[in-house]
Amino acid sequence: MPRIAFTVNGKAGTAEVPDNQLLSSLLRDTLRLTGTHIGCDTSQCGACTVHVDGRSVKSCTMLAVQADGAEITTIEGLANGDTLHPMQAAFRTHHGLQCGFCTPGMVMAAVAFAEKNPSPTEDEVRRSLEGNLCRCTGYQNIVDAVITGAKAMASARS
Amino acid sequence: MQDFKYSRAKSLADAQSTLKGAAEGKYLAGGQTLLPVLKQRLASPSDLIDLAGIADLAGIKAGAQSITIGAMTRHADVAASADVRRLIPALAELAGGIGDPHVRNRGTLGGSVANNDPAADYPAAVLGLGATVKTDRRSIAADNFFDGLFTTKLAEGEIITAIEFPRPNRAGYVKFPHPASRYCLVAVMVSEGPQGVRVAVTGAGQQGVFRVSAIEAALAKSFTVKAIEGIKIADGDMMSDMHAGAEYRAHLVGVLARRAVAKALAGTSN
Ligand SMILES: Cc1cc2nc3c(=O)[nH]c(=O)nc-3n(C[C@H](O)[C@H](O)[C@H](O)COP(=O)(O)OP(=O)(O)OC[C@H]3O[C@@H](n4cnc5c(N)ncnc54)[C@H](O)[C@@H]3O)c2cc1C
Ligand code: FES
Ligand code: FES
Repeated sequence: MPRIAFTVNGKAGTAEVPDNQLLSSLLRDTLRLTGTHIGCDTSQCGACTVHVDGRSVKSCTMLAVQADGAEITTIEGLANGDTLHPMQAAFRTHHGLQCGFCTPGMVMAAVAFAEKNPSPTEDEVRRSLEGNLCRCTGYQNIVDAVITGAKAMASARS
Repeated sequence: MQDFKYSRAKSLADAQSTLKGAAEGKYLAGGQTLLPVLKQRLASPSDLIDLAGIADLAGIKAGAQSITIGAMTRHADVAASADVRRLIPALAELAGGIGDPHVRNRGTLGGSVANNDPAADYPAAVLGLGATVKTDRRSIAADNFFDGLFTTKLAEGEIITAIEFPRPNRAGYVKFPHPASRYCLVAVMVSEGPQGVRVAVTGAGQQGVFRVSAIEAALAKSFTVKAIEGIKIADGDMMSDMHAGAEYRAHLVGVLARRAVAKALAGTSN
């Protein structure tokens, strides 16, 4: 079994991974980071979205062994202790979730998008969420949350 | 997920020899088609040979007459490339409209073109811009590359290394995305360049991507929206499924071709 080394949420780690293990399974089953959700087996729902080397990816559509040497961020890596990340806080303020199943993927997609788009339009936000499905909210509150969260992230940076 | 052996090729020669030694080997690029296929057990290769570690397969080189894009270049990098946006904006726009941001961060040009999905975007760019597919052993002109649904002229084990896109004088791409999958229900690339006028349609044809000679001939005489207004597209060779019938797809080809010409004339692709 290949042994891989990586950083998850700022901490260095290693793991023995079967050749056919998906990154989502490494995160959930091996590392017990169960905030990353699995919502489909067709690579369409985006519930499993994480960041690999700063880019959003569907962790169910990448092999764990392909993450050798990578820097990975999951939803567990966003908050600073009890202080929510600005995007998480915006989702709470705008009621951008109901059952919460899609939320980790939505937030990870939104953070990756907002890092490059500090003051997005509604249309840009909707396009950025094309890879993330929500069965509850009807999206409007999620879109509002991302617009607010992006601005909050920009002002936290400056 | 089913069992397979994974290896990361260090060079083209290494990838080829690993594939030869495998019972049933498959190259792995961005995995955005292959891994979903494996998860659904629609294929069962013995070996996956990752091309991501091979130097020089990713990257974009702008020349005087053309842009050459490495096979392992991700869709997101093509969409964001300043060179592609400046020299072939229709191509940058096409890449930026594939799937969703997460798919674009992993999926590659070579994987998409090798796969030749009849609803994929890139085949329309390769055929519609008159590109050349470079492989580990030869160069193949776009007109001789695609060979029906999910089939190309690539030989067993042949690896796409890059695709060279000639710079058009103008080009426009318009996609009517399937509302759920984001693949093309129909999409049209129109260009006028060193090889004359080319019009390629993806998403619609029963045999995959194809050119429309009637529209090309009319545009060659007069590159205007008006010149192609009266052209009727026959629906005999169009796909028909639960999402759209052949007649509707044929109609969309005409509509999208006119919009693509208007975009090409506006000189912007946005
Ligand atoms: C949710 C979702 C939405 C999508 N939407 C779209 C869309 O709107 N439009 C669109 O066009 N595509 C879409 N795709 C497909 C996506 O663009 C894929 O990235 C692409 O089709 C395959 O590229 P890949 O790099 O992921 O290849 P892989 O999946 O790794 O490989 C695909 C095939 O190509 C072969 N291959 C890969 N690289 C090479 C090479 N260099 N030489 C020879 N053979 C090679 C592999 O062996 C395999 O058979 C979507 C995918 C998903 C999951
Ligand atoms: S679990 Fe649905 S896209 Fe990954
Ligand atoms: S909040 Fe339930 S799926 Fe989005």
